[in-house]
Amino acid sequence: MWRTKDLLGLEEHSADEILSILDTAEVMKDIIYRDIKKVPTLRGKSMVTLFYENSTRTRSSFEMAGKYLSADTSNLAIANSSVAKGESLIDTGRTLEAMGTDLIVIRHSAAGAPHLLAKNVKSGVVNAGDGMHEHPTQGLLDLFTMRQKKGNLANLKVAILGDIMHSRVARSNIWGLSKFGAEVRVVGPSTLMPPEVEKMGVKQYYNIEKALAGVDVVNVLRLQKERQKKGLLPSLREYSQLFGLTNERMALAKEDVLVMHPGPMNRGVEIMTDVYESTHSSIDEQVTNGVAIRMAILYLMLGGKSAYENIN
Amino acid sequence: MADLKDTVFKARVLDAEMMRRALTRIAHEIIEKNTGIDDLAVIGIRRRGVPLAERLAAIIKEIEGVSVPVGILDITLYRDDLTTLAVQPIVHKTEVPFSINNKKIILVDDVLYTGRTVRAALDALVDLGRPKLTQLAILIDRGHRELPIRADFVGKNIPTSRKELIAVNVEEIDGMDNVEIHEFV
Repeated sequence: MWRTKDLLGLEEHSADEILSILDTAEVMKDIIYRDIKKVPTLRGKSMVTLFYENSTRTRSSFEMAGKYLSADTSNLAIANSSVAKGESLIDTGRTLEAMGTDLIVIRHSAAGAPHLLAKNVKSGVVNAGDGMHEHPTQGLLDLFTMRQKKGNLANLKVAILGDIMHSRVARSNIWGLSKFGAEVRVVGPSTLMPPEVEKMGVKQYYNIEKALAGVDVVNVLRLQKERQKKGLLPSLREYSQLFGLTNERMALAKEDVLVMHPGPMNRGVEIMTDVYESTHSSIDEQVTNGVAIRMAILYLMLGGKSAYENIN
Repeated sequence: MADLKDTVFKARVLDAEMMRRALTRIAHEIIEKNTGIDDLAVIGIRRRGVPLAERLAAIIKEIEGVSVPVGILDITLYRDDLTTLAVQPIVHKTEVPFSINNKKIILVDDVLYTGRTVRAALDALVDLGRPKLTQLAILIDRGHRELPIRADFVGKNIPTSRKELIAVNVEEIDGMDNVEIHEFV
């Protein structure tokens, strides 16, 4: 069974470990649909969400997941915290630990911030997105959604479309999918393609029509307007015309293609509204699956003895 | 087969035929006690309670000619020892595809020992709804209760010591039907 103090990325976890998370999430998903959406499993465990970047679905879904499992969840509002007075990440983490926090969920604009925190606290640490590195729970919920809709992950052809360079979602997807032997294609403008991306075992495309031909899944990334340095894109309009997912382009993929998006969407830029509203889209279901995946993670990391007791 | 590591075989207490008779008797008792099978549903506790529940439902159908709903309860998330286990146990699905509200629920498990599993099962059941009543059917009652819990229907009472292990084998999981006593060495 999967056991770890921290969940920092998918790169370092095996296919078997990932499968045990997905299987646990299947059970958790049923709980979300019950009349009484609560089980007593994590009574007396506490978790804090520590988000140095904005978030709607990741943070609230971690909080909901914790509440459904009876953990005590709290949220540190960074803007109103001592971080504004200059408290360091490590000191903030130690403070939360000293209050008896079992698990810290952190999002940070700097890649590696969760690793730094994890090294300095005994509490478990979950990476909820660090810079351009990884977003493991998003990767897991994407794998979960693909498995649910398509069955086996091994034979899938998956196109990841858009701003690959800035995307931690893309990286977690690539690590996860490649462990199961899926074919991963990345497609986007050359200015938004990370150097040497092919070393991750993916096929690189600059032409969306070629990339989408015959794929089972299109995972559309959000164009991260806040991270665009001047000069990477001539204009949003041009990006949309060259790389936006339209019904016509979707038709190039397999007939039963699954369209995914981690949210929040820029409608009319990377994805057209009629694609989102189509029967191919699993974008709303991804949100539900995100709660199930986070419940699975919390169960596996928080249950049992205190997370750190087992490590030392 | 149950985990028989570090145990030696002591005795076989039920064979396949005796198991079949015990289940048939329990089925009759369930029908008698509830004066029929109106609103009745059978729910097995994972793992070996599940095939036993299915068999009871099948026997009830033979007797009364009507099917009763069968459900599966996984109690992992309700265990009281989660904080003492080093590694989280694997959770499996609870599959109760009918409303338990106002139903007469027959909870089924293979062995009744400390009563902690049944306690967890009762909590799990309450989270699914409010049955009219809940009764407990058990193949083997081996004593040593740690909670005030008793069974309504018992296949066989077997006094045991705590050093012994009751291995209930069922065809569906273990490839054979019997009940054995093993002793830890």
